[in-house]
Amino acid sequence: MSPIHDQSYRHYVGGKALPGRAWTVIARAGILNTLKKRVFLGLLLVGWAQFVVRAIIFYISISFRQLAPTASTFREFLDMQGFAVFIITVYVGAGLIANDRRANALQIYLSKPLMRSEYIAGKLAILFVFLTLVTLVPALMLLLVQVILSGSFEFLQKNLFVIPAIIVASVLQVVLASVTMLALSSLSKSARFVAIMYVGILFFTKAVFGVLYAITGTSAVSWVSLGDNLSQVMDVIFQQHPRYATPWQVSLVVIVALIVVSLSILERRVRGVEVVT
Amino acid sequence: MEITTASPDTAVQPAAVAPVVQLDNVTVIYGTNRALKNVSARFANGAVGLLGPNGAGKSTMLKALLGFVKPDEGRMSVLGMDVAARPLDIRARLGYMPESDAHIPGMNAVSFVAYCGQLAGLPAVDAMQRAHEVLYYVGLGEARYRNVETYSTGMKQRIKLAQALVHDPDLLFLDEPTNGMDPKGRDEMLELVRDLAHNKGVSLILSSHLLPDVEFTCDHVVVMDKGQVAAQGPIKELKGPAGRAFELRIKGDLRGFIDVLTAAGMDVHATNEDVLRVFVPAEAGDQRAIFAAASRFGAQVRHLRPSVPTLEDVFAKALGEK
Repeated sequence: MSPIHDQSYRHYVGGKALPGRAWTVIARAGILNTLKKRVFLGLLLVGWAQFVVRAIIFYISISFRQLAPTASTFREFLDMQGFAVFIITVYVGAGLIANDRRANALQIYLSKPLMRSEYIAGKLAILFVFLTLVTLVPALMLLLVQVILSGSFEFLQKNLFVIPAIIVASVLQVVLASVTMLALSSLSKSARFVAIMYVGILFFTKAVFGVLYAITGTSAVSWVSLGDNLSQVMDVIFQQHPRYATPWQVSLVVIVALIVVSLSILERRVRGVEVVT
Repeated sequence: MEITTASPDTAVQPAAVAPVVQLDNVTVIYGTNRALKNVSARFANGAVGLLGPNGAGKSTMLKALLGFVKPDEGRMSVLGMDVAARPLDIRARLGYMPESDAHIPGMNAVSFVAYCGQLAGLPAVDAMQRAHEVLYYVGLGEARYRNVETYSTGMKQRIKLAQALVHDPDLLFLDEPTNGMDPKGRDEMLELVRDLAHNKGVSLILSSHLLPDVEFTCDHVVVMDKGQVAAQGPIKELKGPAGRAFELRIKGDLRGFIDVLTAAGMDVHATNEDVLRVFVPAEAGDQRAIFAAASRFGAQVRHLRPSVPTLEDVFAKALGEK
C-alpha cells in the first residue's frame, strides 16, 4: 500500500531567482520581525508624537500668524527627531549583526548565493527603513500638512529649498546612524554591549566637547562631538547660521570619515569565518 | 594495494568521471600557520569522506571551497566552476552544514529553513513548502514550529542539515554532522546522509574524524593530515582486496619475522603485543607465502585468519602509524 503522502526527500523543480536579490529577503524578514514587537510599535508611535504636535500648531497658525512655520521649523523638527532616531537605532540596530554573530549565523548566510555586501545592505535597509519612518516621512508629511492647512503653495514657493533640505538632511542623519550602529554591532556578540557602546561613544564625545568648551571658551572644538557634527551640517543644509564656530566643512569631513571607517569595519568583520591568529 | 600518500606530486589519482570538486596546489595560511599545504585533491561524484584528525585542515578546505577563506596559492573548482570566478553560482548549487551550532536568531524551525530557501533564491511560497518537506525528511516534522534556540544538540544537527537541503543542492558539504548526537540519533543521521548520496543523487563531502561514519556513508575518501592530503581514492581500493590481509600470531622472534615478511614484499603492522596484521600483495602470492616464510625462518604459526581490511587500516597507514 502506498503512503498517503511521500515524506522522503524530493528534488525541487520550481524556479530560482538569480543571485543579487537576497538583500531584499534579509531586509523584509528583519522589518517584519521587528514590527511584531509591541515595544517597537510603541517607540514608533512616540517617534510620531512631534509630528502630531506640529500639525496642531500649523492648524492654530491659520488664526495666529505669529505661529506660522518657517524653514527653521523643519530644521527644528528634524533636530528634535534626533531623539527618536537615537532610540530606534539602539533598539533595532544593536542586535542586527551581533545576534547573528552570537548564533554563528554568518556562515549560514554566506554559504548561500549572496555576497557580503548584500548581507550588509539587507541589514542596513532594516535600520534605514525604520529611521526614515521617523525622519524623512514625517518631515515631508508635515510639509504636506502645511500646504493643505494653509490652502496655498505660498510657503513652498518662498522656501523651495526646504524639500531637498529635508531629504538631504534626513538621509545624512539616517545613513550616519545606520552605518555606525551596524559597524558597532559587527564588533560584538552581545546586543546589550553594542547598545552600551553606542550610547557611551555619543555621550562621551559630547562630554569631551563640553569640557573643551569650558576650558577654551570656544565652540570651535565641536567636531569632537559626533552628534554635534551632524547638527552643524544640518544647519547649513537648511540655510541657517551654524550653531558652532567649527567650520561646517570640518564637521562634514568628520561625518564622512565616520561612515568610511564604519564601512571598513563592516568589510573586515562580516565574514564566513573568523580567523584568529 | 599501495595507498597514495603524502607527496603532492603523487597524491592525485585520476577519477573515472569528472570530479565534483578539484583542488590544485592549494595553500591556505592563517597568520604564520599553514592550514593547507599545497593540497591537490579530487572529489568524485557520490559520497566522499574527508577524514583526518582534529587540525588536519578538513574544515579549512571546506571553507576555502565555500569562498570563506581565500587561498594564498592554487586553484579550486566546484561542479566544474572556478571558485574564485563564480562563487555565487557555486553556492547556489551547494548546501553547507557547518560544524558549530548555527541558526538565525528568533525564528522557529520552519521559518528558519524557509528563510534559508529564500536566501538561496526560492520564491517565498516554494521555500515554505520545501521547508516543511525537508523538516519531515530530517525527522523534525513534529517540532517544526518550535524556536530553534530551544532545540537539543541532536535536533540542531538535523536542522542544520535541513537548511542545507532546502534549495535542493547538487552538492552537500557536511562538517562533522554527527557531533554531539546520541547513538540512535547518530545512526539516523548517517542513514539520512547515506540515503541522500546513494538514493537521491546528491553528491556530498562528509568531513569527519570518525572512521565508522565515513565508512558507513561514503564510497571514496580523502585523508588529510597536517594540512596535506595523506591518501585519497575509492575506499574499496584503498582497503585492498578482501582475503589478502591476515591476522597472524607466531611463536618465535617476532621482530626478526617482521623483517623476513617485509623483505618478502609484505606489509606488516604490529597491532598489539603479539598479533600482526599482514597485507600480502598479489605478486607475493597468498597465505602460503606466509607459511613458507615462517618455515624458512623457523617460526611457528599459532594463529592465522583472513582479516577484513577496515578504513582504520587505511587511515593508520596514511598517517604513518605502525
